[in-house]
Amino acid sequence: MLITSATIYPEELKKNLIDRGAGAYVSFEGWIRDQNDGQEVLRLEYEVYEPVAVAEGKKVIAGAMQKFPLLHVNCVHRSGLLEIGDCAVWVGVTSAHRDEAFSACRYIIDQVKVRLPIWKKEHYVAGHSDWVNCERCATHDHQHPQASVS
Amino acid sequence: MKKNITVRYFAGFREHAGVSEEEVSLAVSNAGDVFERLKHRHGSEEPLGHCKVAVNDEMADWDAVVNDGDTVLLFPPVAGG
Repeated sequence: MLITSATIYPEELKKNLIDRGAGAYVSFEGWIRDQNDGQEVLRLEYEVYEPVAVAEGKKVIAGAMQKFPLLHVNCVHRSGLLEIGDCAVWVGVTSAHRDEAFSACRYIIDQVKVRLPIWKKEHYVAGHSDWVNCERCATHDHQHPQASVS
Repeated sequence: MKKNITVRYFAGFREHAGVSEEEVSLAVSNAGDVFERLKHRHGSEEPLGHCKVAVNDEMADWDAVVNDGDTVLLFPPVAGG
């Protein structure tokens, strides 16, 4: 698990997951898009509380390794100012077969989004900016998992 | 009995409070009490279950006991990815 203010290069990260026993490699890239909730987005800013984000991210990865028969896993999340089209988060997994690779990749990104202390502020073309809440908070009454103690 | 606690605010909470960290003296027993007592500082109208808390850099439940000298980190709803 890595938090970085530098550009994410998925093809470079993928190299560390290569394994002769791997029959499947699945990755997820989250990109910055140019609109959200009807507003044109200019750029996006991530605030990360790194000590807890890294610790919690490692727990997510450890949980995935326990839950699925994986060979290698990694996750990198950006901090700081990002432009439209930039990669904000990358998850990569390798395993013997595709089923567990797809499932694990989905599990990790879903957990990362709701457990790690990361916040994003959208800067809009119109000139204002706003902190973005978790997508599900806006539409559903739900509880977030209390990650490390569950 | 009042406890001396260091409180850290993040993202929107920090912007509302105008500071990233402050020392407070509160008669509280758990992390949830700290959140409720400091509502005028972080300004959150979110349900407690949408926010998160860490005590001394460890993620915690809202009913986690807060001791004198602890650092309580108040996290607004997260939005990674």
